[in-house]
Amino acid sequence: MPSAVPMNGSNGSNSNGLTPEAASANDNIKRFQAPSRPLSPPAEHMLFHSKTRCFVYGLQPKAVQGMLDFDFICKRKTPSVAGIIYTFGGQFVSKMYWGTSETLLPVYQSVEKAMAKHSDVDTVVNFASSRSVFSSTMELLEFPQIRSIAIIAEGVPERRAREILHVAKQKGVTIIGPATVGGIKPGSYKIGNTGGMMDNIVASKLYRPGSVAYVSKSGGMSNELNNIIANTTDGVYEGVAIGGDRYPGTTFIDHMLRYQADPNCKVLVLLGEVGGVEEYRVIDAVKSGQITKPIVAWAIGTVASMLKTEVQFGHAGSFANSQLETAAMKNKSMKEAGFHVPDTFEEMPATLAQVYAKLLKEGTIKPKAEPIVPKIPMDYSWAQELGLIRKPAAFISTISDDRGQELLYAGMPISDVFKENIGIGGVMSLLWFRRRLPDYASRFLEMVLMLTADHGPAVSGAMNTIITTRAGKDLISSLVAGLLTIGSRFGGALDGAAEEFTKAYDKGLSPRDFVDTMRKENKLIPGIGHRVKSRNNPDLRVELVKQFVQKNFQSCKLLEYALAVETVTTSKKDNLILNVDGCIAVCFVDLLRNCGAFSPEEAEDYLKMGVLNGLFVLGRSIGLIAHFLDQKRLRTGLYRHDWADITYMLPTLASGGAAQGRVEVSV
Amino acid sequence: MSAKSIFEADGKAILNYHLTRAPVIKPTPLPASTTHNAPPRLAQLHFPEDKAVADVLNQAEVTYPWLLTAGSKFVAKPDQLIKRRGKSGLLCLNKPWPEAKKWIEERAGKTQRVETVDGVLRQFLVEPFVPHAADTEYYININSVREGDWILFTHEGGVDVGDVDAKAEKILVPVDLSQYPSNAEIASTLLKKVPKGVHNVLVDFISRLYAVYVDCQFTYLEINPLVVIPNKDATSAEVHFLDLAAKLDQTAEFECGVKWAIARSNQALGIVGTKSDKITIDAGPPMEFPAPFGREMSKEESFIAEMDAKTGASLKLTILNGSGRVWTLVAGGGASVVYADAIASAGFASELANYGEYSGAPTETQTFNYARTVLDLMLRAPMHPDGKVLFIGGGIANFTNVASTFKGVIRALREVAPLLVEHKVQIWVRRAGPNYQEGLKNIKNVGQELGLDMHVYGPEMHVSGIVPLALNGKKSDIKEFTA
Repeated sequence: MPSAVPMNGSNGSNSNGLTPEAASANDNIKRFQAPSRPLSPPAEHMLFHSKTRCFVYGLQPKAVQGMLDFDFICKRKTPSVAGIIYTFGGQFVSKMYWGTSETLLPVYQSVEKAMAKHSDVDTVVNFASSRSVFSSTMELLEFPQIRSIAIIAEGVPERRAREILHVAKQKGVTIIGPATVGGIKPGSYKIGNTGGMMDNIVASKLYRPGSVAYVSKSGGMSNELNNIIANTTDGVYEGVAIGGDRYPGTTFIDHMLRYQADPNCKVLVLLGEVGGVEEYRVIDAVKSGQITKPIVAWAIGTVASMLKTEVQFGHAGSFANSQLETAAMKNKSMKEAGFHVPDTFEEMPATLAQVYAKLLKEGTIKPKAEPIVPKIPMDYSWAQELGLIRKPAAFISTISDDRGQELLYAGMPISDVFKENIGIGGVMSLLWFRRRLPDYASRFLEMVLMLTADHGPAVSGAMNTIITTRAGKDLISSLVAGLLTIGSRFGGALDGAAEEFTKAYDKGLSPRDFVDTMRKENKLIPGIGHRVKSRNNPDLRVELVKQFVQKNFQSCKLLEYALAVETVTTSKKDNLILNVDGCIAVCFVDLLRNCGAFSPEEAEDYLKMGVLNGLFVLGRSIGLIAHFLDQKRLRTGLYRHDWADITYMLPTLASGGAAQGRVEVSV
Repeated sequence: MSAKSIFEADGKAILNYHLTRAPVIKPTPLPASTTHNAPPRLAQLHFPEDKAVADVLNQAEVTYPWLLTAGSKFVAKPDQLIKRRGKSGLLCLNKPWPEAKKWIEERAGKTQRVETVDGVLRQFLVEPFVPHAADTEYYININSVREGDWILFTHEGGVDVGDVDAKAEKILVPVDLSQYPSNAEIASTLLKKVPKGVHNVLVDFISRLYAVYVDCQFTYLEINPLVVIPNKDATSAEVHFLDLAAKLDQTAEFECGVKWAIARSNQALGIVGTKSDKITIDAGPPMEFPAPFGREMSKEESFIAEMDAKTGASLKLTILNGSGRVWTLVAGGGASVVYADAIASAGFASELANYGEYSGAPTETQTFNYARTVLDLMLRAPMHPDGKVLFIGGGIANFTNVASTFKGVIRALREVAPLLVEHKVQIWVRRAGPNYQEGLKNIKNVGQELGLDMHVYGPEMHVSGIVPLALNGKKSDIKEFTA
């Protein structure tokens, strides 16, 4: 896929053909010179030719790339797209492929600028939506250099379509569409997405002109026509799909008359449809002798008159309001007027082959030498879709996937997440550990989040959040100010406690030995001790966790060990109890080790990664956000700490002056 | 999305509301009315399958209390896009409410044959009866063509208006509204046969009607009879649209949705007390575009329509004849019509079971659901001694990866493989476009694996070329697809 890249100074004026700089990526970018002199105007009947230049209105990189690829295999010297008009978005350039190298297309914000820059452009492919296509087309019609506009949008209101075609007629501008894929002139120019992928285009030999020109109502069927014509004759000379709406800007007759006037076009093909009376104007032109070239024709939708109820077929205009508008009547009338009309659409290839053979025999058509089939590089994404190529990916994700119909958490569809009501603990187990943990484990995780959610405004993390909030900062800044406080001293007790208790337990130290060792090393035991709570005044949070764990866990060996340690420490001092951090930490280790979902290595790995800290960060975020909201709600002002609450002890500068080059400091 | 017919009641509501509000294109001979029309008296009665007819009628008396005004006479008729109701005996004229009520009760929820079509009557319209002299019945029709809008008018309106094309006076209003005809031109072309005295009133009305036609983006509007009763000094007139048929341009919803909705809001219709809590995007209910008479959607059709509405892809399904032998599963709007054509011209129009298409790169799941719905319908119908034919057809896709859409079809085929054999279903496949080789190879392999009677063709075959091969036993030189 081509990408849009911001314009910078050096490649801004790409279309003026600056010499490429010696940067490596730049070497592969091909720049095109503007024409040195104005081109001589093409003949009236020639809407498109091999020097046609156009604008594409709307950001349609895929369509533009398709057009450039077509230009390239047609061996055009310059791309047919001179620039892109995109009224949203700033001035930038769009990077496209030109064969295997790259080129830059300017993107204009205003139609006026684009027109002023590219006086050689005489056609526009308008991809604006059905809502905005009226105003954009009306604007385009104000520029006399524009000779034709293709309108792709489906669902343009009929009144607006008629207004467009009315103004276009007055100004002599050819409108193709609305509701069309566009058209194609083999070897010269392709409108937007006409013809589909390059494989189709090559298969139907659209890279070089033949002698059969067609007009079709349906864009989808134009592919079939390309195929039929390529299989039965020397190929397509030009093809236009006028679009399926009730009021196409130009109809069959407009293009049929152009084909009649073009000496290189030998056979005309018309693919009409039920609805409307535009086919009859071609019949009139044949009857009056305006059109003399052979026409092979068919109107689709003959089934409509054979059905009992009315069925609205795909196209807005495909509905017969009178007998005249039925496909059967059209086919009959065209046949009577001398068109080559097969009995069924299936016989159309044979009919076309006959007409072609006759012209070949008469010498009206002289077969040309077939050029070599061009090669077009395959797009990476397509090759990947076909499974032809592979390349190492720069990123890997093993936990969630948003590409499919449904978001997956570790393989579990989001709808199942709700159907099975797995809760936030279940979601954490999926995303953090990539597995469903037993129900009690999920509930334990939720319990930890609830317990760690907040611990009052006075703790340092909450303080920082409050002060930041009062400084007028936004939610994220205030939250982060609090979170950044979390470390070995604040909130870090969990990690530390898990580590120390586990180490001691695994070494086989008895609880008393453990306490003694720590004292000898002059280290506090993390997770032990509380400012106010004691054995006689137990911390209820700890009791809750203990109860839950003892009741639900398969095994809680480390908790039992920690409680034994508590017995030792409280015998020294009453408030040296196992605090909530310590309790959560040891229970979490018990969970990882004993719930059966993790191998011993995995359990150690997760602990080393700091998953416990993650638990605290997640839980406490709830409280920090709460403090932010609370301060906002209270409309508190900027906080400034009281001078009286700070002891100022500044050094006195020794007298002597700077000449000595030294400052003596005494505290 | 195209020009779609609307309920008569909705058309009347729009005219009633906007006649005095839509900006006229050129000044009319009469001064603009200083007041707006009173809310119209339109009792719209809908009889859903799951509600008792009597309940709906009783509720109507609450919603439209004017039905119970003593001494009033009413007109009742089904409002389901049925043409020539008078001739089918579907018009109840000049009856007091109890009689009208009984008349409706006898018909609501029942199947009715209109010409060749059977359908269930579910939507009725009740209005006050307007007594008037026959010489005040006019006919007016506005319809759009490429060059502009035709206004057809005749002073001899009514049920027996006859061939209006031959008899009506016509004027073409060009697309460029700065060329709108002058009052004198309108009078001299359309009102030749109308007494001079009412010219101003009629020119004023026609211009206002046309203004609504433009402002609300109608594509067709026919009022017959149109009753115009001028007041004494002919400065204004009482206008009644006794019968009306209209089409709106559905694609103009983004421009006119607001106007369509407000005219049909409870407030504009003078309905009080039934405040609905439902939040709508405009100040009134979104426009409804009813299906043609006799084409009530089946469960399967609604399922597909619902799926269609939820995605950018296009998924369409219409059941034509559920017990038909020939079924289609065709990709692409154009190709689907071509297939229906080919089946009909092979002499199987009456056996054609469905019309439908899937296009615009539907996902594998969507294709699967679509294919499964069609297959399910086909295999639910009784077996046929000659077996059935399924066309898995399609044109040359532009960008759709044929292999991936075929995955959905293949999944659906796998599910019902034994039934396909049992029902003797011949499967004919033709498709081309990006990666078609892979897609055709896969489906062919599955056909062999499951023992299905299957024929597979690629782009060498004409888009619908498999139809005569399957139905008429025609032979072709084109070889079946081989991987």
